[in-house]
Amino acid sequence: MHPLRKQRLIMVSLVVVLSSAAIGLVAFALRDNINLFYPPADVIAGKAPTDRSIRLGGMVVENSIVRSDTDLNTIFWVTDYEASVAVQYSGILPDLFAEGEGVVAEGTLDESGMLIATQVLAKHDENYMPPEVAAALEGKTAPAGASMLP
Amino acid sequence: MIPELGHVALIIAFVLSIGLAALPMWGSVRSSTSLMNLAPTLAVGVTTFVAVAFALLTVSFLQDDFSVAVVAANSNSLLPPIFKFSAVWGNHEGSLLLWVLILSGWMSAVAMFSRGLPLVMVARVLSVMGMVAVGFLAFSLLTSNPFERLLPNVPADGNDLNPLLQDPGLIIHPPLLYMGYVGLSVPFAFAIAALLGGRLDASWARWSRPWTNVAWGFLSLGIMLGSWWAYYELGWGGWWFWDPVENASFMPWLMGTALVHSLAVTEKRGVFRSWTVLLAIFAFSLSLLGTFLVRSGVLTSVHAFAADPERGLFILIFLALVVGGSLLLYALRAPAVASRVSYTAVSRESLLMINNLVFTVATVIVLLGTLFPLVMDAFSLGKYSVGPPYFNAVFVPLMALVMPFMTIGPLSRWREDSTARWLHELMVPCLGVLVVALVLAFLGKDGFNLWIALAVLLAGWVLLGVVKDLWRRLSGAPDGRLRWRTLNPSFLGMTLAHTGFAAVVVGAVVVTQLNEERDLRMAVGDVEELGGYRFELLSLGQQPGPNYLADQATFEVSHEGQVFAILVPEKRRYFASGQIMTEAAIDASLWRDLYIALGEPIGENAWAVRLQYKPMVRWLWLGALMIGFGALITALDRRYRSQVARHAVPDTGALGVAG
Repeated sequence: MHPLRKQRLIMVSLVVVLSSAAIGLVAFALRDNINLFYPPADVIAGKAPTDRSIRLGGMVVENSIVRSDTDLNTIFWVTDYEASVAVQYSGILPDLFAEGEGVVAEGTLDESGMLIATQVLAKHDENYMPPEVAAALEGKTAPAGASMLP
Repeated sequence: MIPELGHVALIIAFVLSIGLAALPMWGSVRSSTSLMNLAPTLAVGVTTFVAVAFALLTVSFLQDDFSVAVVAANSNSLLPPIFKFSAVWGNHEGSLLLWVLILSGWMSAVAMFSRGLPLVMVARVLSVMGMVAVGFLAFSLLTSNPFERLLPNVPADGNDLNPLLQDPGLIIHPPLLYMGYVGLSVPFAFAIAALLGGRLDASWARWSRPWTNVAWGFLSLGIMLGSWWAYYELGWGGWWFWDPVENASFMPWLMGTALVHSLAVTEKRGVFRSWTVLLAIFAFSLSLLGTFLVRSGVLTSVHAFAADPERGLFILIFLALVVGGSLLLYALRAPAVASRVSYTAVSRESLLMINNLVFTVATVIVLLGTLFPLVMDAFSLGKYSVGPPYFNAVFVPLMALVMPFMTIGPLSRWREDSTARWLHELMVPCLGVLVVALVLAFLGKDGFNLWIALAVLLAGWVLLGVVKDLWRRLSGAPDGRLRWRTLNPSFLGMTLAHTGFAAVVVGAVVVTQLNEERDLRMAVGDVEELGGYRFELLSLGQQPGPNYLADQATFEVSHEGQVFAILVPEKRRYFASGQIMTEAAIDASLWRDLYIALGEPIGENAWAVRLQYKPMVRWLWLGALMIGFGALITALDRRYRSQVARHAVPDTGALGVAG
């Protein structure tokens, strides 16, 4: 074979092998590591899977945070003003986690419908709302007296 | 008055940049020397007026002029002056102005240090950069004017800077990162200029290379600082989150890594030319994509200052124009500049091609993971998030794949080499490293750790290649003396960067594998053991700061009965915003960090506390520093200066543009 062609052949096969390996890895990794986002209404309606990790987003219900006095367990409710889901988390909550503020919790649902969270994300500053939460709340109104809509 | 002057200066800079984008380019078409000669002057003019605008915005911040919307939203009279200064770019409008300032700074640097280049080349390069400047100045003026006033309702005091950004790391992180981000516009402009001229030869690569290395070096340093900041400021001790915004800066870096290596081949051997041009285009496009992701508010992030669809759309259109335009030009012109030089499968060229392939694939993978949720959302197919497990699963094997070749690359010969020679050179080091890796992996207290063994093996392999290469250059003189002169800046820079890469790998794997973390409730007098260290909570107290009040916990840390550190983590409450901020306390050393962060108070006299023991975490940033400085050093090489030296420019060479 002509050396230049041989060289091209080697190069092309290298590219093919490497990119198929990469695609295989990507497909494998994406399969288990994508989390879908659900607002509380969807969770209550049974649309969320219970066998894998999901992301739940909405507002923390006022007066719903219950902290343990002896360890780091915390239970709170997340709402989109249509339905509410309880979340249990053991660990340190982010600085801007508070009642009446937007939050995204990641974890799996247990049999009773409570989300056992492995991670809780709050917004980064006073004026900011996580886009997913903003979208989930769009068009829904807060009960009278609450002024927490974006 | 000052903000209005700033606005006028920005408009003048905009008009000048239009001139820069059009006139020299037209001159290069018409072969008009006088038009082309305008390029450097116009470039310096743009820089001057952008700098004036930036300075005036800074004055507004320092003078607490709360009639300016940006100042009112991001500063406060109680804010310490140094943070008033960094608040200038701690917001969307100001950071965009910084972007333009740094872009024009690079333009002026090119204008100053490229006097040895053919006039038509300089004119085209500056013109292309001028076009980019037009886009961003228009963006700033039309959608994000930093000088907008809040008249007549001037607030009495400002909203304060986001407390997360009130940190010394944030004073230098954005400028450094932007130096890298925006610096990639220089190789891009060189690539476009070369395509326009149809002249893609080794000398083009030699002109472009120092700029690329310097930009890539700054990008490395900027990313490193961002990682370090996240580690100590976010309060949970992570150093890389695969957050979309991190990825936004990481993708140009990965592409830039491929570009830096590909340029080496193009300069030395004249091959890979079209590929190099393509990489330069992609690297800058990814910079723009990063700017879009970060600035449009499509991402949940500390960097997303405000969501405004108009702004996002503007950058998206600009991105489409730049990518579409340059790829069209590439399609039209690239075949005309194909090379006729050949090389064999066993050669340095092939090894560098493997580097290019791996880093390109890595970029695509990160791009996929970053854009997947956005694309799914845009087509209403659901709201997804792609987390760290995905990135780790694909990225780590790729890096492991490239490391074996990193050792052979610098030792191999251009054009044609033999595997027998590689074996001869590397057999002994290879066995040595294998033994060391096995021994080290058994030393850990939990017995054998496969991942650490692999990391030490690969890093040691890279390091031995570096040492072998160093020795080969130094020895071999007939009189037995060491040949120090063979160690030119290019070689030293590469050596430093490769060593740094090995350090990053070891640090990343060790801290991931041996990290110990505990979240727990601690009351005064409580003691906790972690990683062989004893933490005792001595007392709780309060301490006022300039614009906040801090709850403090005082910890005594001891090791084998010896008290060696008092750590005082804080929980701050900022007055203006009422925002709460965690300030972690860290005892740092080369071999381990001890990290304490406060959660929230639990009952009387007790706090939720996060204790962490992080072995070798410093290696990550030290390694990244070495990579960054290694890249900067290469630009000092004599051969990049040769054309410039004739014009009696001071000795600083291309590195001088850093300022």
